[in-house]
Amino acid sequence: MKSAQRLTLYLLLAPAILWLGLLIVLPHVEILILSFSERVAPRVYAYGAGNYLEFFTEPLYWRTFARTAIMSIFVTAITLVLAFPIALYIARVAQGRTKAMLLLLCLLPFWVSELVRTLGWMMLLRETGVVSYLLRAMGLADQPVELLYNDGAVILGLVYGGLLFMIVPLANALESLEPSVVEAGFDLGGSRWTVLRRIVIPHAMPGIVAGSIIVFMLTVGNFATPVLLGGKNGLWFTEQIYAQFITRFNWPQGAAFGMLLLLLSSIIVWAGLRLTRQSLGTTLRQA
Amino acid sequence: MAPSTDLDIVNVTKRFGSHAAVDDVTFSVAPGEFFSILGPSGCGKTTLMRMIAGFEHPSSGDIRIRGKSMIGVPANRRPVNMVFQSLALFPMMSVGENVAYGLTCRGVNRADAEERANRVLERVGLKGFGERRVTALSGGQRQRVAIARCLVLEPTLVLLDEPLGALDLKLREHMKIELKQLQGTFNTTFAYITHDQSEALVMSDRIAVMNQGRFEQVGSPRELYHNPTTPFVASFVGETNRWQGETVGETAGTTSVRLPSGAVLQGRGTASQPTALAFVRPEAIALAQGEVGLGGLPNRFEGRVSAVLFDGANSSLLITTPGFEEPIRAVLPQAGPLAGIEVGAPVHLGWAADAMKVFAA
Amino acid sequence: MLTKRAGLKLATAFAALMVAGTASAAEKLRLLTWADYAPADIVQQFTKETGIEVEITLSNNEEMISKLRATQGAGFDLVQPSQDRIAGPQQEFGIYKPLDVSKLKSDLFIASMLEATKKNTTLDGKVYGVPHIWGTDGLIVNTKTAPNVADYNDLCSAAISGKASFRAKRPTLIAFAFANGMDPFASYNDPKAYTAMMEKVGAKLAECKKNVKYFWDGKEQLLNSLRSGEIVAAMAWDTGGWKLNSENPEIKFVAPKSGALGWVDTFAIPAKGRNDDAAYKWINFNMRPEIAAKVAAAAGNFTASNGADKLMQGKLKDQFAESFPKAAIDNIKWYPAVPAGIEEIEGKILDRLKAGS
Repeated sequence: MKSAQRLTLYLLLAPAILWLGLLIVLPHVEILILSFSERVAPRVYAYGAGNYLEFFTEPLYWRTFARTAIMSIFVTAITLVLAFPIALYIARVAQGRTKAMLLLLCLLPFWVSELVRTLGWMMLLRETGVVSYLLRAMGLADQPVELLYNDGAVILGLVYGGLLFMIVPLANALESLEPSVVEAGFDLGGSRWTVLRRIVIPHAMPGIVAGSIIVFMLTVGNFATPVLLGGKNGLWFTEQIYAQFITRFNWPQGAAFGMLLLLLSSIIVWAGLRLTRQSLGTTLRQA
Repeated sequence: MAPSTDLDIVNVTKRFGSHAAVDDVTFSVAPGEFFSILGPSGCGKTTLMRMIAGFEHPSSGDIRIRGKSMIGVPANRRPVNMVFQSLALFPMMSVGENVAYGLTCRGVNRADAEERANRVLERVGLKGFGERRVTALSGGQRQRVAIARCLVLEPTLVLLDEPLGALDLKLREHMKIELKQLQGTFNTTFAYITHDQSEALVMSDRIAVMNQGRFEQVGSPRELYHNPTTPFVASFVGETNRWQGETVGETAGTTSVRLPSGAVLQGRGTASQPTALAFVRPEAIALAQGEVGLGGLPNRFEGRVSAVLFDGANSSLLITTPGFEEPIRAVLPQAGPLAGIEVGAPVHLGWAADAMKVFAA
Repeated sequence: MLTKRAGLKLATAFAALMVAGTASAAEKLRLLTWADYAPADIVQQFTKETGIEVEITLSNNEEMISKLRATQGAGFDLVQPSQDRIAGPQQEFGIYKPLDVSKLKSDLFIASMLEATKKNTTLDGKVYGVPHIWGTDGLIVNTKTAPNVADYNDLCSAAISGKASFRAKRPTLIAFAFANGMDPFASYNDPKAYTAMMEKVGAKLAECKKNVKYFWDGKEQLLNSLRSGEIVAAMAWDTGGWKLNSENPEIKFVAPKSGALGWVDTFAIPAKGRNDDAAYKWINFNMRPEIAAKVAAAAGNFTASNGADKLMQGKLKDQFAESFPKAAIDNIKWYPAVPAGIEEIEGKILDRLKAGS
């Protein structure tokens, strides 16, 4: 009887386990193994940690890595600061139709692919683009302004792409905050800032952490936005991985970079959770 | 000279569109008073309270606390604190932090705030609860935290918005007494709103009965109970029998009311209009096995017990009586031959003219 | 619930579908090629003549090799990498299949080009590629706004600061090596010397980076910027230059003083191609002068088909003549086969170039 029950359980779990195993675990194991192989001669490979050593000895790679990490954290922070008032408005002020409209408005850019969105930004920001034209028309610039191909453009594009993924968990978290709790915060003498700092933000913390993790992951793993908007200066770690795999045919090196990126994201997410004293469980529920 | 009132509401009106939620209300609350506003839901009492707290702004009129107008003063600058219906404790803070919150907002340093919070917690019977999570408290304990959180600030006035609503009956009965005692020991002015007449009657020094944005009557619990000045107060405060009829005469302070069935009742009151409402409290109805037992009462009838509603000291009888559309409610005698009366038994009933209030409908 | 009978019917239908699916797949040629190398009308004509359908996937050299490497040479029946990218990857990854030259009509090819390509793509005595389309890398210059650009190094001149462009890819390294008096091809088989040379080129390019608006990647992106005037000079393919020249005579394709870089795109068969017959048919079909002329016109480049040049339109010929005087033709540097490991050296230089600021 008992073994039959267990069998049923296994059968029911089988699709999920297969899914996890075949699509997530197996490829990662394969990449991990690949990352430890080194080319000796054509079609001859040996095992070794050389690919990881290469990462640490070549300043170019770890600098790109650090740059990607720092910029991603920065992008996440900006996204959070921008998304918070929007989420607050959607969750606490907007009602019924307006609320749905606002959420739809946030969702709208995601009906087209990331590539198209990024190209849209390029249209706006390029030297002969709309913004440059407007600046000249308003007399704020006397010659065409190139707004593309710098870190600012990359950050702009990444923040834009991450906004929705921050707003939704934030609005979710803020919506569950009882209005009377906020009123009590004022009633007992709290200023707007005190109420925000001691009541609203702590309450929204699971949403903040969930949104930040999502945006950070999306940003770190983004490829098209930094490449297209950053141009010659838009170096991103995913680009290094792509270059290793595709233009250099150096799969083991690319695999090692991939594993390092995975490690980086995991460490930063873990550190974020520790810092905010949130557990992964509550955060995932919020997301 | 210190003003003799803590709170003055002067001709306050609050309109939402064309609807007046609070319509020209005026009253004062004296220092140390337990003042209740009693009314059915939607009568405007919550709006009135939120205007005192500073969450709503009156369309016209003035709100003064200790003689100072509060118009334009934001909620966080008013010497008024509120106990919310949902209590609205801060779930992200411990019990101690909840109580100390208001003090730290005022700039009291953390050690002092904690110290004072602990002292207040001790006074409300929650000694040593400072470190607990608010989610780990029972309903009554949460209640006390909510009150302690206000009292620690020593406000001029504490507003309480049906704070007992979420509690079960037994705890509610207990908390009624405790609230009254707390108010006494802290000697703070309480303004309490409720739709539960029993809460209001038990705790209050004075009660305002509110209906459709207006105050019907303000007075002590006894005044309201025994001398209601409007039919609404008569029916809303306490149990009562209520009949509609026609005034047929008024002699020497006695008003005669004829019911649709033809029965004529004698009562007190002014009836300026032909249609009238008559009210008699169940405990004012005398019961007897024979007509002789009712002596010289002007209103005497004979009926049959249709239900015994046993509820200990609050037990009552429903008596189907010819001439009345609804059964008449009377208190079940606790002693004597009628104490054991059963459904179906015939009974004589009557009441004095003084016991029946007559109002123009 | 399904009855037994309905289930049986469904199974039969499914089986029929499978058979039909494999049947139609047998008549398919899966072609991995560059944009414009297989125009729709040519494909239609081929299908009409042979009954073989052509499934086209567009790509570039690196992606072609990466795709084939990922599947160890499966997924396509015919690919078109450049001739210098065959021997090296073949040695490293074994992604191609030796060609059966007897199945090709040799007289359809320009003989000298066929021989040169065969030689370049031979590994262990076996031939892996035959030529199809060829062209050059040089400079597209807006002669009005950047009149003084005549060689690769001029892209770094202060006169066109912020308005120049090149790719962050290996042809740029090769070009700048030549422009600065080096011969990279001579050092191809000496990794040490090649590394030293590339480091010098890398330094030169790093210095030049501030001049560059962006490292171009997609051809259309570059052409648009040249059209709008945001870029006035760039290292790019001749075909793009001539296309712009037709629109705006002030924009010209210039063969650089230190030499245009000559490339040849080939036909090669992947190691696990399933339809070699169709592949050979496609090659022979494409090398017919009238077909080759149409393809060359569509791509804006030149063809290795013998006699097709006589059928080509006059415009391109004129543009070629303007860009390439006799001396410039002789000065074209043709890529020799890239030995394995070279990309590793170049890659790092390019990574540093992209990372520097």
